[in-house]
Amino acid sequence: MSEPRIMWRKAVNAVMLTLTGVAAFGVVCVLFLILGYLIFNGGHSLNLNFFTQLPKPVGETGGGMANAIVGSLKLLLLAALMGLPVGLLAGIYLAEFGGKTFSFIVRYTTDLLNGVPSIVIGIFAYALVVLPVKHFSALAGGVALGIMVIPITVRSTEEFLRGVPNSMREAAMALGASKWKTIVTVVLPAASGGILTGMLLALARVAGETAPLLFTAFGNRYWGQGWGQPIASLPVMIYTYAISPYDDWHRQAWAAGLVLLMLVLLSNLGARFILARSKAV
Amino acid sequence: MTREVPPKSGLRAFVDKLKGGDEIAHLITLTAAAGIILITSLLVLELWRTSQLSRAKFGWMFFWTKVWDANFDNFGAAPFIYGTLVTSAVALAIAVPLGLASAIFLSELAPRRLSDIVSFLIDLLAAVPSVIYGLLGIFIVVPLMRTTLGPALKKVLGFTPLFAGPNYGVGFLTAGIVLAIMVVPFIISVSREVLLSVPREQREAALAMGATRWEATWQVVVPWARTGIMGSVFLALARALGETMAVTMVIGNNPQISASLFAPGYTIASVIANEFTEATGDLYLSALIELGLVLFLMTFILNGLARILIVATERGGGRPA
Repeated sequence: MSEPRIMWRKAVNAVMLTLTGVAAFGVVCVLFLILGYLIFNGGHSLNLNFFTQLPKPVGETGGGMANAIVGSLKLLLLAALMGLPVGLLAGIYLAEFGGKTFSFIVRYTTDLLNGVPSIVIGIFAYALVVLPVKHFSALAGGVALGIMVIPITVRSTEEFLRGVPNSMREAAMALGASKWKTIVTVVLPAASGGILTGMLLALARVAGETAPLLFTAFGNRYWGQGWGQPIASLPVMIYTYAISPYDDWHRQAWAAGLVLLMLVLLSNLGARFILARSKAV
Repeated sequence: MTREVPPKSGLRAFVDKLKGGDEIAHLITLTAAAGIILITSLLVLELWRTSQLSRAKFGWMFFWTKVWDANFDNFGAAPFIYGTLVTSAVALAIAVPLGLASAIFLSELAPRRLSDIVSFLIDLLAAVPSVIYGLLGIFIVVPLMRTTLGPALKKVLGFTPLFAGPNYGVGFLTAGIVLAIMVVPFIISVSREVLLSVPREQREAALAMGATRWEATWQVVVPWARTGIMGSVFLALARALGETMAVTMVIGNNPQISASLFAPGYTIASVIANEFTEATGDLYLSALIELGLVLFLMTFILNGLARILIVATERGGGRPA
């Protein structure tokens, strides 16, 4: 092979390898750009009012998003109550009891459900909860988010339960424990760190969901009137404020964006932390 | 008195079984698992049932009609399907090279520690809520497109129909760029896993034959993993098709079919997001739900394909080219 040919190949090698590094670096930079923009634009709008006051009427500046923050927490609570138990139990079924064919169908359906666009989940919750009673409600929003929580919880629960060595199950059973006792007292505690992480990540994911809330929980500029009434949430608030024509609302959208992003990123970091600790023990 | 014994013993048997517990536990978890199947079937059923009006009225013409007019109850999905496909195509055109390159860097070049840290950061990027991408899209990407990026593209590529026409800042291209950033983490994390699962011998054999690092990667490792990489692309595509908020905020929301990427458009997900609460007539609502059904079917097929491809590579490895 001639000399220039080798030089050429070496040059291509160097250029392409550098480009892959640049690409990876660029993608990581996006994360810091997002963080930077939100802190820069939202940071100075964050004050006590933001966390304690209701939104002001159109045209007045100031006010906060206290109702949206509480609303988001309420919706998450509903989602957790509805989604986590089903996800956990189904995950236990898949890892501990499941046969072959039925488990395959359950797994496949779970993946399918996980891939359904969130806006379609919103339509489903609308048809299921809003249509019969003819008005938007916190409950409908909770149902939509709860459905989204299920598939994520199932898969992580199954994965971490499968990570528990079989010798532990055998040891418990050899001591005379029944199967469910083995699961509850030995297998679940051993996998608890991972399972908790999965749950936390599932909640963190739906915490930022906007699309399924638009026509289920809808939105509210005041404190909610209970579970059967429309309720405000941070993501929907960010959306309505961002597309509004008012500068003061834009400012608050940035602040709300910062709060939401921090909430999501911190729970992701927290989840990793729990996982690392449970692995170290 | 003796008559009451049988039911009591029945109850006791039940309690005993509960104390033994295995059957009960099995049943409870089975119910939860069956619940997932129930929810998913119910979802399909509800979409089908509530879109009945629209399906009956428009039939297959729904897909070809370009008009979306609530005043005359005439609804067609064509502009929305077009917008969804175009924005997703733009997103993939940007995200696939970027994602694949990053995945190659993380699996082939970077030391394991660095690779793990970067992968973690990229996972965080995947966790950023879509409404925040939309927020940045409106206030950062749209002005950038209007003042800098758009005019520059027009100067270089303005002679093609793709980059002709007025540039408003919002439109297919802007939506595609924002989508690209949103789906790139999925391509990277799945492709990285697939590339890492390529056997070490493959790389060593290529290097031993005198291939450079890049040649070994591009001509041996990547072809070996190509089915899995395709899977990651399908997965990303399914996400891009269904993405709602970020797209709604930057696409301009105008139901038209235009060859220019600068033109404002509309996607299936955004029209549902925008008009669902305002849909006054039953037919209007039904047409929107039928759009939801179309979106569901698109992502359903893509996700199925992606799953099959990824499983196929991780099981046996693709055939080397």
